[in-house]
Amino acid sequence: MSIGTVPMKFRVSIDQEQCMACARCVENCSYGVFRMENGVVRVNPRHCVACHRCLAMCPRDAISIEERPVDYRSHPLWTTEVKEAIFNQARTGKIIVAGMGNALPYPVIFDRLVLDACQVTNPSIDPLREPMELRTYLGKKPSHLDLLTKENGDVELVSTLVPNLKLDTPIMIGHMSYGAISLNAQTSLAKAVNEIGTFMGTGEGGLHESLYPYQGNMIVQVASGRFGVDINYLERGAAIEIKIGQGAKPGIGGHLPGEKVNKEVSVTRMIPEGSDAISPAPHHDIYSIEDLKQLVRGLKEATEWKKPVFVKIAAVHNSAAIAAGIARSSADAIVIDGFRGGTGAAPRVFRDHVGIPVEAAIASVDAKLRQQGIRNEVSVIASGGIRESADVAKIIALGADAVYIGTAALIALGCRVCGTCNRGVCAWGIATQRADLVSRLDPEIGSKQVANLIHGWTDELAELMGAAGINSIESLRGNRDRLRSYMLDEALMTVLDVKSVGA
Amino acid sequence: MCGIIGVIDRKRELMDGSSIKQALSRMDERGSGEGAGYVAYGVFPEFKNYYAIHVFFDNIHESKGLVDKLLSEWGTVVHDEEIPTSDHAKIRKVHTPWRYFFKPDATLMPRSTAPEEDIVTHIVMKVNTTMPGVLVFSSGKNIGVFKASGWPEDVADFYKIHEYKGYIWLGHNRYPTNTPGWWGGAHPFNLLNWSVVHNGEITSYGTNRRYIESYGYRCTMFTDTEVVAYLVDLLVRRHGLSAEMAVKALAPSFWDEIDRMPEKERLLHTAIRLTYGPALMNGPFAIVVANENSIVGFTDRIKLRPLVSGECGNRLYISSEEAAIRTMEPNVERITMPRAGSPVIGRLIA
Repeated sequence: MSIGTVPMKFRVSIDQEQCMACARCVENCSYGVFRMENGVVRVNPRHCVACHRCLAMCPRDAISIEERPVDYRSHPLWTTEVKEAIFNQARTGKIIVAGMGNALPYPVIFDRLVLDACQVTNPSIDPLREPMELRTYLGKKPSHLDLLTKENGDVELVSTLVPNLKLDTPIMIGHMSYGAISLNAQTSLAKAVNEIGTFMGTGEGGLHESLYPYQGNMIVQVASGRFGVDINYLERGAAIEIKIGQGAKPGIGGHLPGEKVNKEVSVTRMIPEGSDAISPAPHHDIYSIEDLKQLVRGLKEATEWKKPVFVKIAAVHNSAAIAAGIARSSADAIVIDGFRGGTGAAPRVFRDHVGIPVEAAIASVDAKLRQQGIRNEVSVIASGGIRESADVAKIIALGADAVYIGTAALIALGCRVCGTCNRGVCAWGIATQRADLVSRLDPEIGSKQVANLIHGWTDELAELMGAAGINSIESLRGNRDRLRSYMLDEALMTVLDVKSVGA
Repeated sequence: MCGIIGVIDRKRELMDGSSIKQALSRMDERGSGEGAGYVAYGVFPEFKNYYAIHVFFDNIHESKGLVDKLLSEWGTVVHDEEIPTSDHAKIRKVHTPWRYFFKPDATLMPRSTAPEEDIVTHIVMKVNTTMPGVLVFSSGKNIGVFKASGWPEDVADFYKIHEYKGYIWLGHNRYPTNTPGWWGGAHPFNLLNWSVVHNGEITSYGTNRRYIESYGYRCTMFTDTEVVAYLVDLLVRRHGLSAEMAVKALAPSFWDEIDRMPEKERLLHTAIRLTYGPALMNGPFAIVVANENSIVGFTDRIKLRPLVSGECGNRLYISSEEAAIRTMEPNVERITMPRAGSPVIGRLIA
């Protein structure tokens, strides 16, 4: 024995006084924590990931879970996570793969920004009683309009508009593929966006036949693996997104462990059953910005210029210049995915260390496009770490047109952010393909919860805008004057172009 | 608060400044005695083909040479003089107001379609962003802005505006919150032939300013009003929109209304909102904008500030208060209150 056992992450204990031995925990735990022995529930806490499925299903509140009951000697540098990663790699010699988003305690910029409200000199607007416009159009827009005034005074539009996506709220759901998440999870999201009047992404997993009824609200994705892509798929989408990179793992392609590739996933994704789907790091037909331009045009040609094409990049140091390059192609929107973006599976080292926060990336992209006089001609979508309506308001004020949410929508389905999506045994039926687990998620109920969430955020956003004396989302976009920094450093304030509180 | 008024004589008959002074003073309840101003069109007939560049110097000995040099680099000054003022007990003369009559050399801006205007715009932005203690506050042809810190009647007497005769006048009675006491902060704001008086606060200023700055304008006066002048210049002069369409871009119809329009109109209004979303002005405001041919008054989309208009013969009046219009013209007819976002437009007919 060299390394030996390490302290358990969670202690699971059962209050035997409370327990009625109904065995719901045994049934519900997909990680094998609970077992029944002679009419008594016993636990193996080492398997616990704190997904809380057992807690949620226990009728007697008999289960308690404690994090790190025995920890290492505390040390600011050699933290528990660092040490355990070393143990892990000392044993395996492999790259560590983990789920969900960035798990390091970097400061959250959103939490150092505060919003404005009107007092006296201008009235706040009450969205219950006055019009409040959140409608958002995503897509290319003209730099100016050519109008013709006829002799009788009628004005005629000479310019033509290209197709835009019309959103009733600036909140969309980002790309989470069938494979990474279950069909019931995708169906829940699809029904929700259909009800709300917004859009969701298919991810790089194709579009399952049963989702065809919702295709009008689906953005189909073309990523470096080209999984699930054919003309049928492209034509079904309301828009097409080229995924260059993803905030959770900039610089590398998608990972879907073979355990999650069952028959249905294999058909939809067009890959063999049980095979790992590891997308190439780059698109092998895009080695430069002009190659990207060709792919954008290629997709537009294939769909007869009827659909907006988005390009998603991970937020990296040079995002602003890259975005300016993308804006010069026929692309309609640029998605900037921040380093807090979630994922089903990513190398831990990428998840935690590569990329930049979406707040800074959006601010610099918006500023760069403005400097070049082309900001309004292209839409900018922010994603990666949007947790609540205030984050939506703040990122729009920093310059985004709309947001993608991912993790937040999954939490609305029950996800507890346990971070083990990569293992494919999600007890909530979300990040799994195991039929018994998937069946736990009822799309009727799930869709209602997700729709409720977006509805609630949209109402809150309307209230925040009204309080700021703004009745149209256009006037919030890039309106950094309505943000103040609370204890951000000066360099970051310059990047964000915001003043300090009190200034 | 703030009180605004504008008048146009559609047949170019000239009016001296005494009656607008009376009208603006009638709205002293809306001001605080810390800023007032006027602009008149047609006041320099002998120099009507020259740009009348009006400058405030904090210290004329320090900075006038710089402005002289800049102007001589870009064209010719045919005449310049200190703007005549009277000693006035209530106005503290913190700046020296000066005016140049200037002819830009169009050959210096060879690729421009409007070289003279682009040169003057460049000079205004350059002076106001790079020369401390100097502010260009009026730059149109045959147009003069007269503004200072004080009550409207005192500012009028200080500049002796009763001696100027114009066919368009705008006036503004200020209740400052941002830059009290600073002459540059008083309205009207002017760029080339555009002048603006504004009552209100633009909550979308941050968006509007960043949009307009991406077209090379520089907001330098620490107030939301100047952005209106630049937006109008962009939309009307550079993008060629009519006054009606420019107002539709700045205060567009609500989507609910647009959705109910016949298809052609719906497409037009959708195109305006998509193209000019960042120019949409939010927040409470009533504004009168003038150029050499017309005045346009409009309010925000839910009319959170008052605006009334009236007519008498060839004259159209637009103001915050009916009382102010009646002070200027007791026989006024057809007093109307324009709907939110709908422009009132007066154009020359001769």
